[in-house]
Amino acid sequence: MKTVFVTVGTTSFDDLIGAVTSDESVKALIDRGYTDMVLQVGRGSVVPDPDSCPGLTLQVFHYKDSIAEDMRHSDLVISHAGAGSCLEALGANKALLVVVNDKLMDNHQLELAKQLQADSHLIYCTCSTLPQTLRDMDLSALTTYVPGQPQNFANFLDKAVGLV
Amino acid sequence: MALLYVVVSGVLLAAVVLITVFILRLFGILRHASEYKPGQKGSVSLLVVAGSGGHTTEIVRLMGSLSRSYNPRHYVIADTDKMSEEKIRTFEAEQEKSGSPSQFTIHRIPRSREVRQSWSSSVLSSLSALMSSVPLVFRLQPDIVLCNGPGTCVPLCAAGLLLGVLGLKRVLIVYVESICRVETLSLSGEILYYFSDYFFVQWASLKDKYPKAIYLGRLV
Repeated sequence: MKTVFVTVGTTSFDDLIGAVTSDESVKALIDRGYTDMVLQVGRGSVVPDPDSCPGLTLQVFHYKDSIAEDMRHSDLVISHAGAGSCLEALGANKALLVVVNDKLMDNHQLELAKQLQADSHLIYCTCSTLPQTLRDMDLSALTTYVPGQPQNFANFLDKAVGLV
Repeated sequence: MALLYVVVSGVLLAAVVLITVFILRLFGILRHASEYKPGQKGSVSLLVVAGSGGHTTEIVRLMGSLSRSYNPRHYVIADTDKMSEEKIRTFEAEQEKSGSPSQFTIHRIPRSREVRQSWSSSVLSSLSALMSSVPLVFRLQPDIVLCNGPGTCVPLCAAGLLLGVLGLKRVLIVYVESICRVETLSLSGEILYYFSDYFFVQWASLKDKYPKAIYLGRLV
């Protein structure tokens, strides 16, 4: 069993759900040996049928209190570019493909995806290039992400406010 | 006619003086941040602006590193947000398991700006967010407002600064720019760069552009 987990975060990203369940994407995933796909669709209106991706066992839900379990059980995470989802996937040490939403008013999300791709921690694409990326990407080139150090922040603040 | 002229110019002069005093006092307060040490009394009360989605994940990571001396903790989330409250409750429950009793509250205020909301209607909803921020911050009287960039944080920081300007309570504004921001600050960051006591960025390229910022590497 090889699972891909797709997450859109707190809002919606119908174009991503549409792109990842397209015939082309599904074929690319099957060719890579994936058997299962789990979709978190948020408040999106595109909610694919369980049998709409022949060859993949499909599970769809809107929200869960925590998606940590779904992340852990997956072999590949396909995520919107939100920092929360990206960091959660990288923290869980999962191969991560980020799909940038080029329709957002202020598309600053691209900054983080660009930087993390430059550091070889993830691969990013847009909805229109998703099928091709699924075919061509080389996940073995990704390197482990070392999490940030919140303790540095705490030490600084302790001193600044006079706790130590 | 002459009397009217005197009255009008008097009122105008008074307004100008008042605004000048207000601004001078605001920057006077901000310049002396390093002298204000609320921790010396043993604990520091926090108002944490959780915002929504990814912002909440980041702020929870920061909270996880803080000692139990940061107590009580008041979380503020946008009223349209679904996932944040659960994330915060999970975090606080874990903290409680690992020792000291948990003192925290969760408050909801209107969101300043939804993703994809137009700028003109953003102004209106920001005003409504300010109307609910001022009474909340005046009631909670936190030592620190900690935030990382959701639109909601600007009115809450403004309310915190107002407490200081009015001489009621010095509130430290601690801003940690979201890790998403590699090359440019968020709109909240652009504003609060000038109105915060401690302003953190998480990428070296931002530290180069904003020299007053504090850079300690990636924090989340």
